[in-house]
Amino acid sequence: MAEKPRLKLPKEAAKGEIIQIKTLVSHVMESGQRKDAQGKPIPRKIINKFTCEFNGKPVFSCTLEPAISANPYIQFDARIDEAGTFKFAWTDDDGSVITAEEKISLKA
Amino acid sequence: MKAINRRQAFALGGGFVMLTLMPMAADAEVTGDAAKWIEKFTGGKQPVKGKISLDLPEIAENGNTVPLSLTVESPMTADSYVKEVMILADGNPNAGVATLMFTPLSGKAEASIRIRLATTQNVVAVAKMSDGSLFTEQKTVKVTIGGCGG
Repeated sequence: MAEKPRLKLPKEAAKGEIIQIKTLVSHVMESGQRKDAQGKPIPRKIINKFTCEFNGKPVFSCTLEPAISANPYIQFDARIDEAGTFKFAWTDDDGSVITAEEKISLKA
Repeated sequence: MKAINRRQAFALGGGFVMLTLMPMAADAEVTGDAAKWIEKFTGGKQPVKGKISLDLPEIAENGNTVPLSLTVESPMTADSYVKEVMILADGNPNAGVATLMFTPLSGKAEASIRIRLATTQNVVAVAKMSDGSLFTEQKTVKVTIGGCGG
């Protein structure tokens, strides 16, 4: 849980360039369908929402269901019009939020 | 009743297999839970087939992580872009998989995720454009080891 999310995106991009962003966060994504050794259902615990903002503007977000694999990997694109900061947030079922930030600059 | 010989037994068996396979061979109508999800998403409107390309393995050896990539054709400008794409798996205990929300800042309506599939089934994507039009695409994935129970 406390592990840092892994992000992969370029450090700089040309104006108007579309870049690819890869994200991976460590999480069990317990579906709530499984049972433990005593036959009791294991309660659901998943990341139910992921958002990505750039300079405060929404870029991409998604809601996730238990059908997402453990350690959710999400890959998407973003168009870079200006230098700035990406903010990523993963929201857990229990309300806790994992966040990460990454800066990107414009190619000279 | 007359006892059936070996040859007849085989013929019967074959016929049975054909019958059970039949509903899957037809480009399956989305049924049950998944249909309800789609109706909620579209507000009852019928999505048109097209615009979406859905990339999934034909056979997934491990249903616990099935790579899924999708691209929706769209200029992705402020006037015309893909708003949301809902992904469903009609054979999972819960049909919902994920809903992806794009913005013009996304640049491309393209994303990859990894999903769980309980069994061999159809994966359906429904896209909602900024002008309200709806598109859909589906693909059957054969799953060797399911990825939901335990």
